[in-house]
Amino acid sequence: MLTGHRTWIFNNHPVIISTGTVGGPFEAKGNIPEAFDILHDDMWLKQSSFEKAQRILMEEASQLAIKNSLIQKEQVNFFISGDLINQITPSSFAAKTFDVPYLGLFSACATSMESLALAAFILNGDGADYILSGTASHNAATEKQFRYPTEYGGQKPPTAQWTVTGAGCALVAKNGEGPRVTSATIGKVVDMGISDPFNMGAAMAPAAVDTIETHLRERNVDPTYYDLIITGDLGHIGREVSMDMLQKKNITINSDMYKDCGLTIYREGQPVLAGASGTASSAVAVYGHFLKLLKEGRLTRILVVATGSLHSPLSVQQNDSIPCIAHAVSIESGSDKP
Amino acid sequence: MIFFWAFVVGGTICVIGQILFDVFKLNPGVTLTIFVIIGAILDGLGLYDPLIDFAGAGATVPITNFGNQLVHGAMQEAEQHGIIGVVTGIFEVTSAGISAAIIFGVIGAIIFKPKG
Repeated sequence: MLTGHRTWIFNNHPVIISTGTVGGPFEAKGNIPEAFDILHDDMWLKQSSFEKAQRILMEEASQLAIKNSLIQKEQVNFFISGDLINQITPSSFAAKTFDVPYLGLFSACATSMESLALAAFILNGDGADYILSGTASHNAATEKQFRYPTEYGGQKPPTAQWTVTGAGCALVAKNGEGPRVTSATIGKVVDMGISDPFNMGAAMAPAAVDTIETHLRERNVDPTYYDLIITGDLGHIGREVSMDMLQKKNITINSDMYKDCGLTIYREGQPVLAGASGTASSAVAVYGHFLKLLKEGRLTRILVVATGSLHSPLSVQQNDSIPCIAHAVSIESGSDKP
Repeated sequence: MIFFWAFVVGGTICVIGQILFDVFKLNPGVTLTIFVIIGAILDGLGLYDPLIDFAGAGATVPITNFGNQLVHGAMQEAEQHGIIGVVTGIFEVTSAGISAAIIFGVIGAIIFKPKG
C-alpha cells in the first residue's frame, strides 16, 4: 500500500515464481554466462532483421519463464512489457504470438522494473493471479535506431555504453515459492540538462539518486537494510556520479553493496566502453544472476533501481536534453517468509 | 618531401576532425559537412589546388577534397555555359565518386550481411 508519496508496500507478497533469460553471442563471452537459460551464437537468430531477432528474444524469455514454472500459458492473466525500438513493436509482436492480454510500457531501460512494479501492484491488489513481466533489447537494432548502424563504423567516445542483446522475463504470481516483491518506488523524470546521447550514465545518475533517496526515506530504512542496491545501467561514469551525489545527500552506501547491472554482465577487456546498457541489462542481470543469489541464500534483500533515459533520436536531433527516470523495486528471499 | 607534407597535412585535417568530435561534441554528420564546406570555400578562394600541389594525397584523400571538387566542377561548367553551368557542373567532377559509392554500396549490401 502507499507509503509516503510514491512508494508501494506489497503486503500480500507477490512472488517471482520463475524467470527466463536469453542472451546473444557477446553476452556468452561475458562475466555471467550462467545467468542465461539460452545463449545464441548468432546476432540474427535466423531472422531477416535485428528487430525480428529482438522479438524472438522476448518470445523465448517469456516461454522459458512459463516452462520453468508449473503453470500453463493459459493461466497467465497479463503480459507487461516494453522495449526501446520504435513504438515498442518487438514487445507488441511478441504479445501477439503469446495471445495473452498485454500492457505495453515505455520507460527505456527502466522498463524492466516499471513492469515488475506494476505487475506486483496488480497482483497485490488481487487484479490477477499470474503476470509475465519482461523486456528485451538487441545491440544492433538499438545502435541502428539511437546511434548509427554499426556497419557505418561511427566512432564512440569512452563514455558510451554497449546495448545488451538479450531478454529477461519474470513470471510473478499472487502466491507461490520464490523471491518476493516487497515494495516499489516510482521514479519521476529528472533532467539535469545533459544532451550527449553518448553519455547516458551521467544523465541517468541524478534520476537514480532521486529514486534511491526517496525510497529509503519513504520506507524509513537505512541503505544497510539491503544487502545490495543494484542500479540498471549507469556504467562506470554514472555509478561514480551517483555515488558522489548520494554522498552529498549524506546517504552512505558501501561501494561493495552498490552494484550496477551494466558492470556485471560483461567481463574486463570486452569493448563495452563505460558498461552495458539497454532494457535487457537490468532484466537479465537481476532475473538471471541476482535472483539466483537470493535463492541460494547468499542475499536476502535487494533493491533494484532500473535507470532509463527517455530521449528519442528525434529529440536528440532537435538538441533537446535527455530526460531520465529510475524505478526501484525491492525483492526479498522467500526463506524468511512468516 | 611530398610524402612528409602529405602526412602532415592529411594528419592535421584528421586531428581537426577528432577535435570537432571530442571537444566540440559534434556528430559525424555535422563534422563531415563542415569539412566539405571548408574544402569548397578553400577552392572558391583558389587555395585548394596549391594545397594539393603541396601535399598530394594529404589533401585529396580527406573529405575536404569533395567540397573542392564540387566547386571545381561548378566553376568549370560556369565558364562554358554560364549560370546554368553552375547547376550542371556541381557533380561533374565528383560523379565518379558518388556513382562508385552507390554502386559498390549496393554490391556490398547484396553480398554481405552486417555482423552486428
